[in-house]
Amino acid sequence: MMKSKIGGALAATTLIAGMAGPAVAADDTFKIGVITFLSGQAAESFGVPAWNGGKLLVDMLNEGGKLPAPYDTKGFGGMNIEVVIVDEAGGATKQVQEFRNLVQREEVDAVVGYVSSGDCLAVPPVADELKAFTILYDCGTPRVFEDGSYEYVFRTAAHATMDNVSLARYLKSRNFDVPSFAGLNQDYAWGQDSWADFTGAMKQLYPDAEVKTALFPKFGAGQYGTEISALLREKPALVHSSNWGGDLQGFLIQATARGLHKRSQLALAAGDHVIPQLQNKMPDGIFLGARGVNGLAAHARGGELKELTDTMWDAYEAEYKTFPVQAPFRMWQALFGLKTAIEKAMADNGGKKPSSEELAAAMKGLSWDAPSGHIEMVLADGHQAIQPNAIGTTKWNAEAGKMELVDVEYYDARCVNPPEGMKSQDWLAQGFPGALCN
Amino acid sequence: MRSNLILAAVVAFVVLAAGSVILPDWAMFLFAMALAKGLVCLGIVGMMRGGVVSFGQGLYYCLGAYTATLVANSFGVSDIFVLTLLSSAVCLLVGMAFGPLLSSYRGIFFAMLSLALSMVLYGSLSKMSVIGGTDGLNIAAPTFLGWAPEGRTLQTALYIYVVAIVVIAGALMRIYFDSERGLITLATRDNELRVEYLGASVRNVMTYNYVFGAVLGGIGGTIAALALGHVDPEFAFWTTSGEFVFVAILAGYLSVPAVFVAAIILEMVRSFSNLYFPNTWQLALGIFLLIVIVVLPNGLGSLVNRRKGNAA
Amino acid sequence: MDLAATILVDGLIYAGWLFIVSVGLTLVFGVLNILNIAHGSLYAIGAYASASMVGAYFALGGEAYPYGSYVAMILAAVLVALVIGPLLERGLLRFFYGRDEVLNVLVTYAVFLILEDIMKLIWGVNPYFVYEPYTLLGDVEIGPLFYVGYDFAVIAAAIIVGLAVWLSLNKTRTGKVVLAVIHDSEMSQTMGVNVQRIYLAAFMAGTFLAALGGALTAPMISVTPGLGVNVVIVAFAVVIIGGLGSVPGAAIGALMVGISRAASVHLMPEAELFIIYFVMAIVLLFRPEGLFAKTQARKI
Repeated sequence: MMKSKIGGALAATTLIAGMAGPAVAADDTFKIGVITFLSGQAAESFGVPAWNGGKLLVDMLNEGGKLPAPYDTKGFGGMNIEVVIVDEAGGATKQVQEFRNLVQREEVDAVVGYVSSGDCLAVPPVADELKAFTILYDCGTPRVFEDGSYEYVFRTAAHATMDNVSLARYLKSRNFDVPSFAGLNQDYAWGQDSWADFTGAMKQLYPDAEVKTALFPKFGAGQYGTEISALLREKPALVHSSNWGGDLQGFLIQATARGLHKRSQLALAAGDHVIPQLQNKMPDGIFLGARGVNGLAAHARGGELKELTDTMWDAYEAEYKTFPVQAPFRMWQALFGLKTAIEKAMADNGGKKPSSEELAAAMKGLSWDAPSGHIEMVLADGHQAIQPNAIGTTKWNAEAGKMELVDVEYYDARCVNPPEGMKSQDWLAQGFPGALCN
Repeated sequence: MRSNLILAAVVAFVVLAAGSVILPDWAMFLFAMALAKGLVCLGIVGMMRGGVVSFGQGLYYCLGAYTATLVANSFGVSDIFVLTLLSSAVCLLVGMAFGPLLSSYRGIFFAMLSLALSMVLYGSLSKMSVIGGTDGLNIAAPTFLGWAPEGRTLQTALYIYVVAIVVIAGALMRIYFDSERGLITLATRDNELRVEYLGASVRNVMTYNYVFGAVLGGIGGTIAALALGHVDPEFAFWTTSGEFVFVAILAGYLSVPAVFVAAIILEMVRSFSNLYFPNTWQLALGIFLLIVIVVLPNGLGSLVNRRKGNAA
Repeated sequence: MDLAATILVDGLIYAGWLFIVSVGLTLVFGVLNILNIAHGSLYAIGAYASASMVGAYFALGGEAYPYGSYVAMILAAVLVALVIGPLLERGLLRFFYGRDEVLNVLVTYAVFLILEDIMKLIWGVNPYFVYEPYTLLGDVEIGPLFYVGYDFAVIAAAIIVGLAVWLSLNKTRTGKVVLAVIHDSEMSQTMGVNVQRIYLAAFMAGTFLAALGGALTAPMISVTPGLGVNVVIVAFAVVIIGGLGSVPGAAIGALMVGISRAASVHLMPEAELFIIYFVMAIVLLFRPEGLFAKTQARKI
């Protein structure tokens, strides 16, 4: 009798499970699963702008002809693009389950996702186990491809080493004196790796600089009163932080209220995304990067990619009434990369919808253009991208009522990214061998 | 009585194992996770029968998961039987260390102390970057006595393994619940002082319940880690423990199968929620819990036993 | 400045915040015998309400009188107490009085789940920012360090709240009635006390204090979903250490947790997370009733 209860319950759940199974995507549709933060403190700075940019681009591609060549063809190789969007909130364990749902239940053809470095470390082994073509579009920890190698997983954006090496080089080229420095970074892969990369780069460029203190408050802490006291007490010449989202906003508000920015130079590895929210509350004179030539730095760059950049910039501003920061730029470079890879695979297999294996073969070592610059998959045996970077200084333009980046310096991809076959920490320790800086 | 139980166990095994053929991949994974978590809840139910609710089973869930992961990553052990045994052993030892301590507490203090212990583990693991910190660790796919399956075969093997463990654990716990200690536990729930006056040792019984809970928690954690391929300190966070308590309350302390049915229901809801109703599923769970507390204070299990006409 | 003094000041600031957040929890337990897991959600609702009120205040031209934003914040906390307090207490909790304490914990756990989603439904999932009140009170210079006046205002608020609660419990007539109810509600009822009203008042006070904690914190952070989840655990730690039901205990507990956390951040940052729970576990193991618990006669 108990068994009939179990049996009944199981039968019912199986039935529901079976009925909830989706239709397989047809051959004239390419279904992508997009995973990014739609709730929580990462949503406003990264997830939502990225998805806004992504949505916009998908619509423009599905219409066809709205972008300059080679992106003027419709959809992905003529196929209509269908998107399933999933919230990245909830932690790595939850994300592993969501990934399985996306691949096995929703049966997507490719997954594009992940802002959080924690998720980027947890998902790739599962992606390889399920043989699901996955693009990591945003997360920054170098560990993904330095501590492991994967067949079906690719990262279309450069990792954190680039941000921190560029920051150190910027200090040097601006002749900024750094007798001592300190760090406040979030206590997880991204924060720890950023600090390790920054100290490694500084050791080469400023060998006499003293590290005063390295603080690692919990991710999402939001309140930094005690940490700011410690920084004020230690009086370092420079304070490095890779904080992002709500943590960065909280830190900046609390730090500037207590005058930390006047006592120490603030250098934010990934800080451009809080500009739209903070506006003039963000003090002048902060050195910041956008994890690539994104946002304001891209808009100011001009050059061959001006038409592509302006098309996307104007479309984004028209639709969302604000300018695109780094997150949509990275989503765009991922989607443009995916489009290039799909069309290359289709050219190789005679025009059919490519399988995960064909996509992986096409993406390996690929290079393409995006508003962020020329993206090349040259690291980790063709799975990890490098791209150029830019660092600038904040300055509030009171007349125009908006924040500007001044004294912007651009860095070649091969100047601030490690070469193939070398771990970033080793590259830093050996003094950037093989770096091609102008 | 015994033969009835064995028959029930065999039938349960067959029914659940049939799922490996009927169910699609994602559903098998979901059931495997649910059953693994159900093991932890079974431990809580064992303690609930004695009138205490543990809000910190995440401690053993996390401990088992991390033990398996660290052993697998440092020593290259991937055999699922070895890993399960090792985690159970570690949790047994820790459970025996904390058990006597916790068995003298009741009510709120038991709940809070168990919660504090699991949060201590959470806090320590979060700060130990050498074992991954808040990012956690990945664990490779398990092997089964030398056999290394892949793809759907791997999923099926893992699922059958979980089903076997669940059926065996469920049967063993049922035997324990109907044993002398199990019945004393029930009596303790009603009136502890009288049980003491009747000559039984309440502390002894509570310690046994706690240690069983610890071992079950460890096994559940190990299997969950192997199914997911990933562990992180969140396994020991109080909201994880809260979910286990939710399932235990839903199931009630009267029936063993009810625990696993309740666990499967929760996993199903959670699995569909992120896509279809991300902002209201906790609301639904909360209301559901209130309804269960009011209408079915002895959980789903009481539905079964009412029909039987038992006074359990 | 001396490291010890820095730790003391930082510890006091954190302790002040902790006290306001925790005293409501201990009060509700003391009077109603309910350990309210939803306390964290009430804190979060206070933060959201405060953010909305201050935002509305400035949108409606409050820039002329920026100090009015503080009034808006306190008003938000009062509103939360007036609306949610009776709703929860009359509408739900009173049906469970006298039942097993752990059952009440489960009921409040269900309320916590419900409120988490209600917050998302009302305020959405995006963060709220209201920074103006944080910077209004200027800077305070202590030696070579700068603090914001607001931090010290929080300490002042904590002291005022503590004194207010202690005075009203011990020096007013109603307060003494409440103390009687805490000691023995059945007896008080036979003596003619309207215990139901006392319970309602105590729960509303607890809600107000939780919401006030959230309201005061809102200008310092970005208010996002999930705010209450971490706070409730820290509040538990404080309340357990000080003794469930004891207001002076909550103050001592807040001081202990605040200073040990400040010391940990300055001296051994790796221990920061686990030190709070470790102290809570130690207190539970050796003196489970806390440092200042009310003595309970054992009933057989």
